[in-house]
Amino acid sequence: MSITIALAGNPNSGKTTLFNALTGSNQFVGNWPGVTVEKKEGKLKGHKDVMIMDLPGIYSLSPYTLEEVVARNYLISERPDAILNIVDGTNIERNLYLSTQLMELGIPVVMAVNMMDVVEKSGDKIHIGKLSQKLGCEVVEISALKGNGVQKAAEKAIAAAGKKEGTPPVHKFAPEVEQILEAVEDKMDGTVPQEQKRFFAVKLLEKDDKIQSQMKHVPDVSEEIRQIEEEMDDDTESIITNERYAYIGAIIGECYKKHSKDKLTVSDKIDRIVTNRFLALPIFAVVMLIVYSISVTTVGTWATDWANDGVFGDGWSLFGLEIPGIPVLLESALTAVGCAAWLQGLILDGIVAGVGAVLGFVPQMLVLFIFLAFLESCGYMARIAFIMDRIFRKFGLSGKSFIPMLIGSGCGVPGIMASRTIENDRDRKMTIMTTTFIPCGAKLPIIALIAGALFGGAWWVAPSAYFVGIAAIICSGIILKKTKMFAGDPAPFVMELPAYHLPTVGNVLRSMWERGWSFIKKAGTIILLSTIFVWFTSYFGWVGGKFRMLEDMELNHSILAAIGNGVAWIFAPLGWGDWRSAVAAITGLVAKENVVGTFGILYGFAEVAEDGTEIWGTLAGSMTAAAAYSFLVFNLLCAPCFAAMGAIKREMNNVKWFWFAIGYQTLLAYAVSLCVYQLGNWMTAGVFGIGTAAAILLVIGFIYLLVRPYRESKTLDVNLKRMANAK
Amino acid sequence: MTLKEIPCGKSVKVTKVAGEGPVKRRIMDMGITKGVEVFVRKVAPLGDPVEITVRGYELSVRKADAEMIQVE
Repeated sequence: MSITIALAGNPNSGKTTLFNALTGSNQFVGNWPGVTVEKKEGKLKGHKDVMIMDLPGIYSLSPYTLEEVVARNYLISERPDAILNIVDGTNIERNLYLSTQLMELGIPVVMAVNMMDVVEKSGDKIHIGKLSQKLGCEVVEISALKGNGVQKAAEKAIAAAGKKEGTPPVHKFAPEVEQILEAVEDKMDGTVPQEQKRFFAVKLLEKDDKIQSQMKHVPDVSEEIRQIEEEMDDDTESIITNERYAYIGAIIGECYKKHSKDKLTVSDKIDRIVTNRFLALPIFAVVMLIVYSISVTTVGTWATDWANDGVFGDGWSLFGLEIPGIPVLLESALTAVGCAAWLQGLILDGIVAGVGAVLGFVPQMLVLFIFLAFLESCGYMARIAFIMDRIFRKFGLSGKSFIPMLIGSGCGVPGIMASRTIENDRDRKMTIMTTTFIPCGAKLPIIALIAGALFGGAWWVAPSAYFVGIAAIICSGIILKKTKMFAGDPAPFVMELPAYHLPTVGNVLRSMWERGWSFIKKAGTIILLSTIFVWFTSYFGWVGGKFRMLEDMELNHSILAAIGNGVAWIFAPLGWGDWRSAVAAITGLVAKENVVGTFGILYGFAEVAEDGTEIWGTLAGSMTAAAAYSFLVFNLLCAPCFAAMGAIKREMNNVKWFWFAIGYQTLLAYAVSLCVYQLGNWMTAGVFGIGTAAAILLVIGFIYLLVRPYRESKTLDVNLKRMANAK
Repeated sequence: MTLKEIPCGKSVKVTKVAGEGPVKRRIMDMGITKGVEVFVRKVAPLGDPVEITVRGYELSVRKADAEMIQVE
């Protein structure tokens, strides 16, 4: 017989550490059906038939956040055999608030009081026996970090699950509230099991908008609500919350003795400096500088170059020993066995290049993930949100969006992956959609090409590209948060600032590896397939009426050129309806720096410099300044390279959201480029046509979207039915 | 008086949490309920949000939300 134990607790209570300690490497990471919240399960070490379900970290079972709705939905409809409630012993009062709600579910609960080592060290005392008696459940002392008591907690939970009986809640509210709850319970019929009645009664009383879909028969309790609200002069939701904390306040004195009242803890001392009014920003800048310089410029660049130009390029040297790259090795092997040219091309330029595009980012990403895991688990990430909130919340982003954008200025792929640290669903999606607007390193050659060819290397072109990127982020934030896709979720920013603590090496490495692996697995396929597709369309085509494989310099005969010819008209309103530009924009999807090389080949140069100096003259002859700037803007804002798209797909974890992101980016790029070209043409050449009128209308529409009124939602818009059915 | 007006370094007692919906529930879920003692620890370098100590832990609250918390 197999049993399932749900692991529930507050964020920052050490839940992940406990989960890792319980399950070891036996973990399966997935998604809760229908939503983008991560779902983790694992087999208990040494017990093949015991599943541990790691619920999202939550503070309450309210109907307002995605994590809470997911967790309670699981607890109500799937009914695990037992709940292991992890409680942070250093912050016990607030942690017990969730516990009182878990006790009401009619499921056996075992409480694990974590961080006991820290509690004991500070001289505080928690009376486990008293706590157990006052809450009516088994209580175990543990230290998840050190592994103390973890096994015992698991065994108690298994034993509790075996009893099959829910933990009856012993906590009591004020007599008048208890009376009303009883009246509501009496109104419920037999479709609600006896042990769950209290939970449903509380939720009905709280006017919970998501509970009715969980009940077969919904009694009308409006009279009870009116009565108690009048009696206690407050709304029922607040009455219940107050009662819970009042009960905890009443028992805490007996169960918990604080040793020293006013002594500053080490964490307090650190925080005094780190978020100090004057020092906070300089310290933040230094931390960001370290993260950026190591993960992007120094070690990061070295790792990427090693992976891309070494392992997946010409080769690299190890202590003077020359190790050839995979393509070099494969090429000689394939030539030796007399492999057909097209197959060799497919393997080398298609598959190996595609795999290289996936894996080439991984080393740099792992370096970044170590930093992120460290910043997150030591507690500084929450302080970043605290420090930067004021700036970012104005356009619907979180203070934590700063890191993805900073990293995105180096490379968008790890930038997007860095958005994982943002808990709030809405802020995270918004960050994923806007991070790649910041010009990444690979877009710099395009900027250099356009600046050099059309603007005589003017100094303002590059800064203006960054300005366009930042403006796109700000405007998108303001516009998107008002759209139906985003307006559905309330996002209160009342955030815990957890105590600082040193994370373990194991947990940091595990987090690093989990994220890196999920990128390879989830983003890999799309990157590989699209690279092969572009390789095929650029190396095959018709020459003199015959379909055959092409040489490097025959790109103008390729299928891709035909596609470019076919779609060029779409870009005519943007000022660059020439098929060459269209082809360059498409190859830019493989990697943005390809744009320059593609122009080179299409204008008859086998090799061009990184900024394409050779073709400046030709390009200047074929484009106006307005058209060139429009081309630049389009390539900066449109769908990023395939690798970044793969990362978006991985992080959105939802097909609809993936296409929404890509579609939005491309549409925005098109609209902005159109305005740039048409208005630029009007101002410089005085041409006024249909396009100009369309551009003016677009600008007006854009301004309307920016300033239209907006109201934060009061309910969480999530399709519960779909979640319930997708069991 | 609301929590927004309380200067750093002062302790106050919560008398009522005004408003309704998700923000109010969240504030109360985090332990800011009637009668609890709240200590205003510091203001973020850019002037908002504020850091408060409640029930023995640190919480960050935006000034706009702090306005909903009535204190004495």
